[in-house]
Amino acid sequence: MKRLIIASILLLVPALAPASGEGGVHLEDADIDLADKESLQRGAKYFVNYCMGCHSLKYMRYNRMGEDLGLNEVQVRQDFIFTDAKPGDLMEGSMRPKDAEKWFGTAVPDLTLVTRWRSSDWLYTYLKSFYQDEERPYGFNNAVFPGVGMPHVLAGLQGVQKAVFAESEGEGQGPVEGFEMVQPGSMSPEEYDRMILDLTNFLTYAGEPMKLERRRLGVYVLVFLGLFFVLAYLLKKEYWKDVH
Amino acid sequence: MSTEMHTESTGLLGWIDERFPLTKVWKEHLSEYYAPKNFNFWYFMGSLAMLVLVLQIVTGIWLAMSYKPSAEDAFASVEYIMRDVNWGWLLRYMHSTGASAFFVLIYLHMFRALLYGSYRKPRELLWIIGVVIYLCMMATAFFGYLLPWGQMSYWGAQVIVNLFSAVPIVGQDLSVWVRGDYVISDATLNRFFAFHFLVPFLLAALVFVHIVALHKVGSNNPDGVEIKKGPKGNRWSDTAPADGIPFHPYYSVKDIAGVAGFLILFAAVVFFWPDFGGLFLESPNFQPANPLKTPEHIAPVWYFTPFYAILRAVPPMFGSQFPGVVVMFAAILIMFFLPWLDRSPVKSIRYKGILSQIAIGVFVVSFVALAWLGLTPATPAKTMLARIFTVLYFLFFLLMPIYSKIDKTKPVPERVTK
Repeated sequence: MKRLIIASILLLVPALAPASGEGGVHLEDADIDLADKESLQRGAKYFVNYCMGCHSLKYMRYNRMGEDLGLNEVQVRQDFIFTDAKPGDLMEGSMRPKDAEKWFGTAVPDLTLVTRWRSSDWLYTYLKSFYQDEERPYGFNNAVFPGVGMPHVLAGLQGVQKAVFAESEGEGQGPVEGFEMVQPGSMSPEEYDRMILDLTNFLTYAGEPMKLERRRLGVYVLVFLGLFFVLAYLLKKEYWKDVH
Repeated sequence: MSTEMHTESTGLLGWIDERFPLTKVWKEHLSEYYAPKNFNFWYFMGSLAMLVLVLQIVTGIWLAMSYKPSAEDAFASVEYIMRDVNWGWLLRYMHSTGASAFFVLIYLHMFRALLYGSYRKPRELLWIIGVVIYLCMMATAFFGYLLPWGQMSYWGAQVIVNLFSAVPIVGQDLSVWVRGDYVISDATLNRFFAFHFLVPFLLAALVFVHIVALHKVGSNNPDGVEIKKGPKGNRWSDTAPADGIPFHPYYSVKDIAGVAGFLILFAAVVFFWPDFGGLFLESPNFQPANPLKTPEHIAPVWYFTPFYAILRAVPPMFGSQFPGVVVMFAAILIMFFLPWLDRSPVKSIRYKGILSQIAIGVFVVSFVALAWLGLTPATPAKTMLARIFTVLYFLFFLLMPIYSKIDKTKPVPERVTK
């Protein structure tokens, strides 16, 4: 009987594939901390400055972001809204899909849920994996997303790196094994990593703004249900004295 | 309460009883409904499944107040619920977790029937109503899965509706008729929403019929002993079965403890693990539906994957997928015949012989293995495995008349054991 129960529970156990990018590249572990509001604020600042020219965050509202990140409405208006949007508006992008199609060969994806369909680790590794490739239209390729349409927008900060390829087993190049800096950017590698982590942290928040709230509430709910279970069990035992 | 019920009711209750059989129903189905006293863990699933059905209907109605069933707005309206609607995220996670929980409970509930022979005479009709409920659930889940209008919603529905086009001659027209278009589109989303709203109420009605049938024949129990045929007389009544106890208060308080235990697991998923590792909320579904971009790997939600694996396991014949579709539906419909396939002189697995025990073990392994295979992309080795497990799945049913008959059974006790 016990074995049958275990077998039935096994039905539930997910068969999770190990995380890896499309190019089969190992993904780095992004050290996400949603409680670190300063990191989230920096991430939000980087997002509106570097990403929002092309990418939207169209399921997120400016004032909701401000509220969750500890920013008042004046700060949100001054430092985060560069268009005629109002604080209650959704964070729409400003690039027209047709232009994006023409310039990059593909529509620019909205990033509100990017960490939920890609994963935080994917995004973190992706933003660190641009390398010089003269065959691409904008001179850069990506180890995690080979042939990506997006140019290396942050090259001025990170610098330009070259890919080191592994020994190829068959024809052509092997997979990217590592990177070599050819032209340093305005940030040191540590500073750049920190920036990318802040950005990833912010987009992880944007993917599920209520995540901390649901975990906080979940503790109370489970404590309540635990107590309720004990009482319900004792009540059952009391009644069942008649039966036994 | 229950002691005064033996006399004529007076006051308000008396007024009602003269016009509606309230006290009579209360007695017949709760306070004087005698259930076997030896129910175990497996007997929680039915009442828990009813609880989840209610939760699904209630959360579903509230979700429908903010959801927009249009190809243009559906995806954004789900995110609107998650972000802007008060407690919308809780409603949505309860609903998405509830869908999976419902199937977990029903699979365990059906497995219980399999273990203890609860489908055997006189409970054949009870079992058949149950299988109809299961079919209704599958339909509801299928319609509902399109509504978030994510990539997996869209392409999952595309794959399933395309199954209809495998039907010879009328297939193409049939699939267009189901979709209301040549591809999954706004028209499809609208009708799926309408059905997703309607069918659960049909489901609730069927559950009522299921319980009416149950209370006619009485519950089976882990020993498969008919308590109605045993001695009479217990501390509550001289005429009731000796091994029966009143459902209320004994099983009602027991079920409340079961509800608390279940809700602990349910809340743990809702509040801490709503994606459930990509099983309850699949990550490709966080991308809006894109009719021009087929995902690399399309898999239905976990509760459909055993049947999806069976579908993929059957090789196309004469260039048609139709045989796979037939086999897949046969895998579900064969359950209707279960009461007549089992020829064992005993009901419960406790008194069945080694052959039946092996058979049920093989069946569980096959079902779980097929579920896993259906989740993962097909490879030649996995397709081979899926074929083997598909054959084993069917052999469990088809060979049952033989192995259940020749199997050496143990003597069944006169009374229930505890």
